[in-house]
Order: sequence, then C-alpha cells, then structure tokens
Amino acid sequence: MEKAKTPLRERIIEGGLLCCGAVSVITTAAILVILLIETAGFFKEVSLMDFFADTQWTPLFSEKHFGIWPLLSGTLLTSAIAIAVALPMGLLAAIYLSEFAAEGVRKTLKPILEVLAGVPTIVYGYFALVYVTPILQKIIPNLSGFNALSPGLIMGIMIIPMVSSLSEDALHAIPATLKEGAFALGADKLGTLFRVTIPSALSGIMASAILAASRAIGETMIVAIAAGQQPRFTFDPRVPIETMTAYIVQISLGDTPTGSIAYKTIFVVGASLFIMTFSMNILSRKLVRRYRRGGS
Amino acid sequence: MKLNTRRGRYTETVFQFLCLLAIALPLVLLVLLLADVISDTHGRLTWDFLTSYPSRKAERAGILPGLVGSIYLISLTAAMALPIGIGAAVYLEEYDKRGKLAALIELNISNLAGVPSIIYGLLGLELFVRIIGLGSSLLAGACTMTLLVLPIMIMSSREALKTIPQSFREGAYALGATRWQTVRQVVLPLALPGILTGAILSISRAIGEAAPLLVVGALAYITFLPSGLDSPFTVLPIQIFNWVSRPNQSFLENAAAGIVVLMAAMLLLNSFAIILRNRLHKRRYW
Repeated sequence: MEKAKTPLRERIIEGGLLCCGAVSVITTAAILVILLIETAGFFKEVSLMDFFADTQWTPLFSEKHFGIWPLLSGTLLTSAIAIAVALPMGLLAAIYLSEFAAEGVRKTLKPILEVLAGVPTIVYGYFALVYVTPILQKIIPNLSGFNALSPGLIMGIMIIPMVSSLSEDALHAIPATLKEGAFALGADKLGTLFRVTIPSALSGIMASAILAASRAIGETMIVAIAAGQQPRFTFDPRVPIETMTAYIVQISLGDTPTGSIAYKTIFVVGASLFIMTFSMNILSRKLVRRYRRGGS
Repeated sequence: MKLNTRRGRYTETVFQFLCLLAIALPLVLLVLLLADVISDTHGRLTWDFLTSYPSRKAERAGILPGLVGSIYLISLTAAMALPIGIGAAVYLEEYDKRGKLAALIELNISNLAGVPSIIYGLLGLELFVRIIGLGSSLLAGACTMTLLVLPIMIMSSREALKTIPQSFREGAYALGATRWQTVRQVVLPLALPGILTGAILSISRAIGEAAPLLVVGALAYITFLPSGLDSPFTVLPIQIFNWVSRPNQSFLENAAAGIVVLMAAMLLLNSFAIILRNRLHKRRYW
C-alpha cells in the first residue's frame, strides 16, 4: 500500500464525493424553483378562480378556458380504475407470498412478479389500445376507441408488484406471537389472517395502496396512447378523456413557443402533479414508519 | 371467525388458490400479450427493419435512428450517472454515515425516487434545453435521464457497499491506510460487480422511458443519425409511440416490431446483469 498522503488530498476527495451527493439536493431544489416560477407566471395571466372554478380546459382554442377539473377528473378516473385492479390483486399476491408460499417458492415468484413493473410503459400502452380496448368493446358496446377503462385496467396490472411488495413487508412485520395467540384461542388460518394479521398490517397495506396510486397518477405513456386527448369533466370510463400527464405530452409534441401561455400551462399541470404525488409519497412513508415502529 | 373445522380447511384451500391466481393471472396475461405482439409483426421484423430510416410508407420504414439514438443516449447517461451515483453512494456509506448532511441527501434521494418521470422532463426542458441552452439535443436528453436514474443508482450502489464486511475496512485502517485508500483499494474493487449489476438494471429501465424525452423535445420523426452531442435525436420508445399514434393499421405492425426490438434489448441487458451477479456470488471472498 502506498504511503499515506497529506490530509489535504483526502479532504478534496471527500469534498468531491459530497458534491456527487449534493446533486440530489440541487435536483429537488431545481424542480421546486422551476415549477414555482412558471406557475407564478401562469397565475399572473389566469386568476386562481378560473383555474379552480372553471370546468373547461381549452388553452389551445381561441376561446381559452383554464379549469383544471377536466384533466384532474381524467387522472383520478384512470388511477382509481388502476387501484381497483391493483389493490385486491396485489394484496392477494402478498398474502400468498407471506402466508402460504414456501421460502423457495417465494424467492422464485417475487422477482418474476417484479417483471410486471419492468415492462416499458409504451408497451403497456400498445396492449391497452390494440388488444384490451377491442376486447372490452365486445362486452361494453358503446365503449369508445379511446377511453379511461382500458388504460386504467392495464395500469393496474403494472402496479401490482408495487402493492404486493410493500404489503408483503407489512404482513411479514407482524410478530409471530400475535398470530400464535389467535391460533391458541382456536382460530383457523383464515380467521387469524382476516381478524389478526391483516388488521395489524393495515397501515402498511394502506401505504402500499397510496404509493401505487401516486405511481398511477404520474404514469404517462399508457394514458397518452389509450385514453385520448379530450379533456372532459366526467367520471364516465367509456368516453375519451385526457389526463394531466397526457396533456403535457400533447403540448410537447406540438410547436409551443417558449413563454407562451400554452408553454406555461404544462408547468402548472406539472406543479399540480408534483404536489399530488409528493404529498401521497410522504403520507405513504409516514404510514410505513408507523407500522415499523409498532411491529418491532 | 371459524374454528378449525373441515369446512374451514376447505375454504382455506379455495382462498389459497385465489391468492395464487392473483399472481398467475397477470403474468399469464403478460405472456399472452407479448406472444400477440410477436405474431402482430407479420414478418416486418427483418434486417432491413433494423437498418432503415422511418418512412411515410409503413413497409419501408425502419427503426435505425431510434436504435442508434437509444444506444447513444444510454451510453451517455451511464457515463454521467455512474460516477456521480457511485460517488454519492460512497459518500453516504463510507464517509458520513450518520451526519446531518447525509440525512438531508438521503431525504432528497427518497423523495426524488417517487417523482413522476414526466416532471424530470419539465426540469430538463427548462434547465438543460432553455437556461443552459443545450437545445433539444442528445446531451440535454442524456442529462435529463441522468437525473432520472440517479436516485435508483445511488440506492443500489449503497446496497452493494453495505455487503462488504466492516472487518475489511478495519483491516485496511490497521495497516495505516487513509479513508480514501481504504475505499479505493479495498471496498470499491470488491463492491464493483454488485454496483455494476444495479447500474445495468437501472439503465435498462431508462431504455424504455419515453415521457421525459418527449417533453425535452426528442423528435418523433427523424431521418438521420445523431451526428454529435448537440444533434437532434429520437429513441426506440418514441419511435414506437409515433407509429402507435397513427391510425393506419400497417404502422401498428411497425410498432409491434419496434416493441420486439425494445424488449429484446432490455432482456439482453437484464440477462447480462444476472450473469454478472451470479459470477459475483461465486467469487465472494467472505
């Protein structure tokens, strides 16, 4: 080993490494500043009332309306459908992995299930548009070619691993003594599961659902391909809608001059998206911390 | 609820089957859909498809600019994200394990990991494309992707550093090594295969990303190869998106062929990472 160098060199290296770490702090700050500045610029031209009280979103038309509700309802609708698929499926998967599967089976199944989350979203978008929508149209006759239902369902499949992996952690964290107590009182496996294990793990399961919902809200390509580009204030899953993310894609595909009101709208929509996902992620983390503390 | 009766055990078996179904069903669906995609290519997936430029005629269109663009973009992203990611991980694991600064950095990393990718696109559009003035170039795209993959890369690198036993570091210190000498000559060489495995996995995720690059301004229709860092570019998923959005049925065949190329690229990278991980397990010194 070479002779120890002066501490100066050590300090320079430590400083360099610290700078690498600081990139993440700078990134967060940059996101906040950029969204804040552009949003402020937007609200100089559009009043808060128009943004929150109007039910039409038509920034590209000659008669402009800037009500966020159509984009918000589209986003909430597709995400709700996704959660309706992912929560029961993911929870059942988590129960199987943590309560029924042998260790070897669990170790093989878990990474295979993760594959669902690794498939590129553009591929899922193609599935939704080309396969799922035509099949659904046979069952629901007046389903339009672009709709919220099909991308919502596909998105639900994509986020199953997210629900199952966090829920499994939560189920796993329940102390064996609690379950043994239930068994000792004569409860069978299912009784213990539904009366003891799942209620004790509830905060962790909720955390997984919230995190999955946040992922669904931020998901872009699936809805951009299969949900349509018609901002519409509705909760009807059969008609074309537009989500917040799909709107940002739509504007990005066009020629939008920097500084124009259309340019500012994508940052306003982005800021709304950021606030929603950020607060959900924080809430989810708080819930996880609670079960970690309670479970140990 | 029910006591331990025969009926109870019957319900248990049914329930267990239901649980297994929840795992099997989506996976079977995925396999079926992927098989459908392959049959949907209708023989479009030829060598010509890989080496041709996009065209207004679906039968003549190829994916070359997307393929080359993806390779350039991913290499650039890896070249930037790897050193920064490893540096940050080394700082958090080896230098400042319980400090206030490290806690701040950690908080930011876990928050950034949950930010939707399209928000990174907005960041890249304003910061790299406009303020720094890179334009909608390959470099602006790679910088955006670097910020996007960094949180995952730092997390996986930290996991790899954690597997190195503390006694190795103590041994180096006992021989009079400084902290950096210990990191440079003992910890990093041992942790490198693990770090690279994680890095390849996060990079393979980045190959499938389209949303942030669309916002940064990657082109959907491009008939030349990127000539340098400042050149306009496209990537595989954006080319596929362009074909999917056309109403013409024969362009959907191109999209299917593009998806097969994209999935093959990801599969290739992932198996590379798995092979690397397996070799690492065989070669463990502890």
